[in-house]
Amino acid sequence: MIRKLVVIGNGMAGMKAVEELISAAPGKFEITVFGAEPYGNYNRILLSPVLCGEKSIEDILINPLSWYEENAIRLYAGEQKTVVRIDRYKKIVYALDGTEAAYDKLLIATGSKPSILPLPGNDLEGVMAFRDIYDVNKMLAYSQEKQHAIVVGGGLLGLEAANGLVQRGMKVTVVHHRDFLLNRQLDVTASALLQAELADRGIQFKLSSQVHRLQDNGESHIASVTFKDGSMLPCDLFVMAVGVQPNIELAQNAGIYCEQGIIVSDTLQTYDPSIYAVGECIQHRGLTFGLVAPLFEQAKVCANHLSGHGVANYKTLPTSTKLKVSGIQLFSVGAFNGLEGAETISFQDPFAKVYKKLVIKHNRIQGVVLYGDTRDGPWFQTLMERKEDISAYRTSLIFGEAYCLHQADSDLIYANNDAAA
Amino acid sequence: MNSLINIPKNAPLTQAKQIKTTCAYCGVGCGINIQVAPNADIISLKGDPEHPANYGRLCSKGSALGETLEASSRLLYPEVFGQRTDWPAAISQIAESLQSIISQHGPDAVAFYGSGQLLTEDYYVANKLMKGFIGSANLDTNSRLCMASSVAGHKRAFGMDTVPACYDDLDHAQLIILIGANSAWCHPVLFQRINQAKQNNPALKVVVIDPRKTNTCDIADLHIPIRSGSDGHLFNGLLCYLAEHGKLDTAYIENYTEGFETTLEQARSETGSLDAIARYCGIDTAALESFYQWYAEAEQVMSLYSQGINQSSSGTDKVNAILNCHLATGRIGKPGAGPLSLTGQPNAMGGREVGGLANQLAAHMHFAPDERDLVARFWGSDKIASKPGLTAVELFDAVADGKVKAVWVMATNPAFSLPNADKVKQALQNCELLIVSDCVAQGDTLDLAHIKLPAAGWSEKDGTVTNSERRISRQRAFKPLSGEARPDWWILTEVAKAMGFAEHFQYQSPADIFREHARLSAYENNSQGKLRDFNLSALADITDEQYAEMEPVQWPVTREKPEGTVRLFGQGDFYTDNRKARFIPINAQKPKASPNEAYPLILNTGRVRDQWHSMTRTGLSARLNLHKPEPYLEIHPDDAQRYHLRQSELAAIHSEWGTMLARVNLSQDIQPGMVFVPMHWTGVLSAKGRMGAVVNPFVDPYSLQPESKHTPVRVSPLESKWQGFVLSQQAMDFRELLYRVDIKGDGYFRYEIADQTLSLEALEEHIKKQLKEPATLSWQRHDDPASELLRLACFKDEQLILVCMVQKDHHLPERDWLAGLLSRQDSVKECRTTLLSGKPPVGTADTGKQVCACFNVGEKTLKSLIASKQATSIEAIGKACKAGTNCGACVPELKVLLG
Repeated sequence: MIRKLVVIGNGMAGMKAVEELISAAPGKFEITVFGAEPYGNYNRILLSPVLCGEKSIEDILINPLSWYEENAIRLYAGEQKTVVRIDRYKKIVYALDGTEAAYDKLLIATGSKPSILPLPGNDLEGVMAFRDIYDVNKMLAYSQEKQHAIVVGGGLLGLEAANGLVQRGMKVTVVHHRDFLLNRQLDVTASALLQAELADRGIQFKLSSQVHRLQDNGESHIASVTFKDGSMLPCDLFVMAVGVQPNIELAQNAGIYCEQGIIVSDTLQTYDPSIYAVGECIQHRGLTFGLVAPLFEQAKVCANHLSGHGVANYKTLPTSTKLKVSGIQLFSVGAFNGLEGAETISFQDPFAKVYKKLVIKHNRIQGVVLYGDTRDGPWFQTLMERKEDISAYRTSLIFGEAYCLHQADSDLIYANNDAAA
Repeated sequence: MNSLINIPKNAPLTQAKQIKTTCAYCGVGCGINIQVAPNADIISLKGDPEHPANYGRLCSKGSALGETLEASSRLLYPEVFGQRTDWPAAISQIAESLQSIISQHGPDAVAFYGSGQLLTEDYYVANKLMKGFIGSANLDTNSRLCMASSVAGHKRAFGMDTVPACYDDLDHAQLIILIGANSAWCHPVLFQRINQAKQNNPALKVVVIDPRKTNTCDIADLHIPIRSGSDGHLFNGLLCYLAEHGKLDTAYIENYTEGFETTLEQARSETGSLDAIARYCGIDTAALESFYQWYAEAEQVMSLYSQGINQSSSGTDKVNAILNCHLATGRIGKPGAGPLSLTGQPNAMGGREVGGLANQLAAHMHFAPDERDLVARFWGSDKIASKPGLTAVELFDAVADGKVKAVWVMATNPAFSLPNADKVKQALQNCELLIVSDCVAQGDTLDLAHIKLPAAGWSEKDGTVTNSERRISRQRAFKPLSGEARPDWWILTEVAKAMGFAEHFQYQSPADIFREHARLSAYENNSQGKLRDFNLSALADITDEQYAEMEPVQWPVTREKPEGTVRLFGQGDFYTDNRKARFIPINAQKPKASPNEAYPLILNTGRVRDQWHSMTRTGLSARLNLHKPEPYLEIHPDDAQRYHLRQSELAAIHSEWGTMLARVNLSQDIQPGMVFVPMHWTGVLSAKGRMGAVVNPFVDPYSLQPESKHTPVRVSPLESKWQGFVLSQQAMDFRELLYRVDIKGDGYFRYEIADQTLSLEALEEHIKKQLKEPATLSWQRHDDPASELLRLACFKDEQLILVCMVQKDHHLPERDWLAGLLSRQDSVKECRTTLLSGKPPVGTADTGKQVCACFNVGEKTLKSLIASKQATSIEAIGKACKAGTNCGACVPELKVLLG
């Protein structure tokens, strides 16, 4: 018997789960997908390059509309197709325009929404977040007419937005409440290299600063920003990139147990055994998610259970970070700011703008931060995840896999006084 | 001071010129042809195909002589008490100071200490001034550390210090025995000649007697690894064997010798069966019997011996034990037969000829009244020394005791090379007046000197040297004198004049001195006067032009035999009173100090292939420094395990007398119970690399030569906080560190370093503050403080100018690849990001450790040639990459690689 799967959310996590499911159990489900954006599925991570003009929307589409047809997936896409209610008793979901779909299994992948700072004036025009294609288009439109942009948030998204806007010709100031950028992804040294490099590209920074209020121009449009230290900057576009919140309203209204996010088990099931959830809307063992790698892993595990194999368990692994600013390479994972009793191996080449740091405890990698040369990031991460003992090649470790695997340190015996000589 | 003689400034050439000279190094005395450009640069430097010592061959050291003439290492101006001065001031200061000490304390309060690197003419003037006019015989030389036992042995057996054989004998021998001589490394050109002789004559057998299995064993039919110091017993046993097997030349013994019976009796009383002898010497009976049998059967036997015999507390007896066997078989002075002492220095024999040892007076004469009288009349002096002076070890003991108050050291470095060298250094520090003439600006002894005198060096000096086979050759100048450097003979002559002996020191040129030296050798040299072996009567009146053009010739060179003398004593005619050789009964002694609980190992010392003496010259050649860049401790793996040493770690070597540090080199070629260190590293080039500090000061009772080959020691790992190396295009100073070796490379300097206390931060600061123009430099830094690891790379633009790599343990990358980056002196962009790994970017060729020093061919290159079957023989390797085709010293290594 063919069963019905409904997926709420046409984003990366939901569609990854569908892809995995189709390949694991083709024909097992009749699949219906609801998406609030009027496109196929696209790679949200690559919105920043679109903003910069390095990629087009077409470039970042993962699954075009034809893919849904080819796989016999019914897609309801567009604002009117936003799901507004789940009837768990009848097992039916309803969209804004009245479209309904019955399910045997439901997958909630509603993602997250940007956090909005509770500032006086945050409802003015020209105040926005950076989340989707709509936001990108809006920023592009501003960049053609306006001059002054302020981005709040020195995290990954904020810096990517700032970089895009600078490249589009705006004068951009990044405001960050901490004293160094990417404070969750980098240590101070790497951050300083990053800041210098971004400054070279024309981005200005206002660190250890907080916005006090936003002023309008008399026509409900933002005109300037006042900071808590009393200073003021002109502003035509105010972008908030201060984090996201899981999108749980729909689930909450359906009576599914939520805290910060929709609570799921290791098999990605919610408290309702017919309903699964993946992606940025969930909370798993106390964690919520904002980066792509764990989402894909969740999608895999979820598909495994939906397909009836039912053997996989989701486990959150340390996640590495990358910044999508072309020409800037950075990578971090794990406890890169150190641990009690840990040791540090570092490499610095300020001239070449390269910095690497490995945090080691008991001869195992606990954290990695790389700047400028990130080629070996994935390898370090693998070693970290596998808890490999690195003592055999510790002195070559920082130079990467190619320098470690063929020769142990103990093989390095200086043949200075070779008896044969 | 108008009286200073003008020195011909070695006038600039107007066109390229061919110069024939001799090598600066060992006693083989190879001839060299040098093509010199008008600006005095060397166009080419090759072995002289016509010189009988080498017939065109040169070793790696000789081939690299052209790389050692840099001005930066030279002492260029006279200095008095740390102040630069001019020659007249320096000379009058010396003359006054010496006279003042002599007038207060007598002539025996002053001493000269010379070197086998002085030319005969220099030596002659020094000897004449001290023994003839100052009136003391306190003139000894570093030959005391080298040849003295041979000299004493020769004198006891032959009446005079005569080497009966010659190199040509090697081509006629049936059996060649190398005793305590690693000639593959120390006399490579003779080694190659023996190798060639073996190829020409497959019946020729080679026996190597040496506790160590050296590269010389590569051509040996038999290696006898005797217990250190048991040589005397071995040759006593041989004498008995020859007697028992009827192999004595009774006619020769009868006609030309005396003392045979008592000598044989003594030998018999000391030795027993072959088994007993083998046991005593720590060897197989079968090997012993083969050796004795071969000796008995071969008519043409040569015994080549060197420091393994000489540097012993019973070295003279060992020499005589060897000579006894040659005399007993009459195998002496005949083609292919005779004992041949291999000399270590280019002019050790020349020094002996003029009398340059404290127990000689002059020209193979001593202190007998008739000899003193003869020399006094010849020199026209009434102050001639009346008794032997102090020999090297005694001399510096007397300095320590304050009995000798002024020492003039010429062309050598006793604070480094003498046994118990720390004591010598201490003594010189406290000496009232230390004068040092040298051609380099730094030295363990020079650094202590009150008066420093810049001497002419090889390429500037002009005169004669005598090699191991009595062959006198011209060493010729082809470069102008550096700075204000002057030939030693000139300096000595000026001092002699300033001391009031001008009338007797009227030399204007080396030729003047040589003629006087030759006249003295011939003076009353007959049975009516005093008959001597050393006689240059045929050369006593040569003109300046003849001297300039003088061809190599073997003494005696008499009016009767102006073409020289190839060999002596084939028909007796020894230089004893009755013209008969003397057998010397040998009561074989063990080395003075035995290993004990506190010092359980025996330390042996010696040379390495590509260095010579204190490295003042060879250490300037980057390619010579590649072979053995550091002092090392060769030790058997079993001993290493026992004393917790591992390959390439640093070790401390302690004796009752002192300590040195070296890098561990495990080797199956050294016997358990014995360790070996090279002799070359001075305090200038290393911290605690001086083997002299460890060596015991026991001496032979006849030759007074120290026992440098046998010191009880203990070894232990060097506990360091960190260790590693620095490679820098700019010279650096690491003198404050516990362990340090300075190695000159091709376009860079290498420093091997280690320390017990200095923090890595302090090391980093110490390095950074030494670099010039810091603002133009960029740095790469890699650290792992938990492993005491610090790696630094410094760049100027895209050039790598410095690399530092230190860490807790010794598992550091090979220096060669990084060194290559520093040599390049151009952009290292392509490997910048990973060069601190010490490994080439993946995919880049690494040629490996250098094997062939002449053509700089690396081990990995060779291995890949061999593996690819492109080279399956030594010849094929030579064709493919030239390795082994010049000096041939790496051929043993090539063979090992070929398997």
